[in-house]
Amino acid sequence: MFEYCSDPDTLSTLNWFSCYLTNGAHFRFYQSFLTVFALLAVTAPISLAFGFAAAAASRSHVAPFRWVGKGYTAMVRGVPDIVFFLFFVLVLDQGIEYLRHIVTCPDWDEPIRQGANFLVCDAARTPQSTSPQWVHEVYNFALAVFTYAIVFGAFCGNVLFGAMRAVPRAQLETAEAYGMTRRQTFWRILVPQMWIYALPGLSNIWMILIKATPLLFLLGIEDVVYWARELGGSRTSAYQYPHPDWRFWYFLGLLVFYLSFTRVSEIVLARLTRKLSHGQATMAGEDMRKAAA
Amino acid sequence: MKKLILTAALVGLTAGAAFAEAHGNVVRMGTEGAYPPYNFINDDGEIDGFERVLGDELCARAELTCEWVLNDWDSIIPNLTSGNYDTIIAGMNFNAERDEVIDFTQAYIPPSDSLFVGLSDDVELDGAVIAAQTNTIQASYIASETGATLIEFATPDETVAAVRNGEADAVFADGDYLLPIVAEDADLMVILDPVQVGGGVAMGLREGDELIAVFDEAITSMKEDGTLNALLLEWFGEETPTW
Repeated sequence: MFEYCSDPDTLSTLNWFSCYLTNGAHFRFYQSFLTVFALLAVTAPISLAFGFAAAAASRSHVAPFRWVGKGYTAMVRGVPDIVFFLFFVLVLDQGIEYLRHIVTCPDWDEPIRQGANFLVCDAARTPQSTSPQWVHEVYNFALAVFTYAIVFGAFCGNVLFGAMRAVPRAQLETAEAYGMTRRQTFWRILVPQMWIYALPGLSNIWMILIKATPLLFLLGIEDVVYWARELGGSRTSAYQYPHPDWRFWYFLGLLVFYLSFTRVSEIVLARLTRKLSHGQATMAGEDMRKAAA
Repeated sequence: MKKLILTAALVGLTAGAAFAEAHGNVVRMGTEGAYPPYNFINDDGEIDGFERVLGDELCARAELTCEWVLNDWDSIIPNLTSGNYDTIIAGMNFNAERDEVIDFTQAYIPPSDSLFVGLSDDVELDGAVIAAQTNTIQASYIASETGATLIEFATPDETVAAVRNGEADAVFADGDYLLPIVAEDADLMVILDPVQVGGGVAMGLREGDELIAVFDEAITSMKEDGTLNALLLEWFGEETPTW
């Protein structure tokens, strides 16, 4: 990056580090932080949508909807995250290939499962082996996002279900007294008021989601943990920047990153709570009303 | 508008796939990227090493378009058979157990010694704790042929770190990997006797893949004109066995 970096052996410590920390491998490390942010940015709204659907289904008067909603939240909440991550990515990947296989290669007569192998015809491979590398990466990332959304959607569903029940019954009865239909009561009275009850639980889930992002590493995605381990490993002079085992420092760096990130999140969420409490029939809202009066 | 963007993105995706399909001969080369000097990620963040140079040359000779893919070592064979890439070119020794699952080209590195490296030379193999990388021929050798206790690690670097911090008495791995590390660390030394566990390093492909013959031919041509020997000497030093 800097001109003086052409011969690292001759550099002073400070210059050496300025070159070392800006080499191509480190840029890929810095980019992997964007992968983490991208995961969060995509997963959070999808999880919330899954959760909202699950909570609404759990409240439904139609029994099958209720079973699906409750079954989904109960099942995902009861299984360890890591099992779900390893299981679902595999199931999605093989499921997609299996369905495509049935459609594209109807006259295939070999078994798909051969020992440890899962073999479908070439045309059904997803993504196609001829696809460029970025398609493979996007596909893997999309599988990961979907799995995160399923897991965290269930947690959100549980929180939102609780929040919907926390909205004072009197509010809903008043709506009914005004002649609103169930649908109108739900969208106009219940949903706008439930967020303040959901926020503490949702902010907790957001924190857990942030801390779950290193699980990407388990799914074979080159995330921050992958690069920290890769760059921190000891390097001989076959490399331009030889160094002993520095994994301690790299993982310490990740620790600081996650700690700062969760701290910033806490501050933002605290502000959001204040804002949403305004004018609500909750204790915090009541206190704000009195303070203003 | 949103729909338009989505459609555009989808068209982009399928157009990319169609383009690649029209080419048809993109060969995806799977490697570990953590085993210098065989294959590693260099300071520019790119895959480098003996196998990178060799693989690019083989693809050039066979007139194939090749693309490099990183994959963790412990899942490198399952991901080949399930089609995530088309070849394994990752310092993998040919042996009977692997040959049941995948097919190999002819070897491009002759069988070479695996070494024990430790902090002191008063280690008895029987009863010693030996570090090796998971799913390597070295790990299965320690587990089945010796009375030593095996501890396995996911990456080669962690096996050496285990010796440095005293968790293991010695690490057992390819000499070509260990010797450059020993040369630069005054605490580490080669101990016990070298063992030849592998049948030579070859490319792994799915069973019955037509590409095996293509790569075999390219490897033969590199052996015949001496370029393979020159590469071996360049990356593994003057004393390495050649063809």
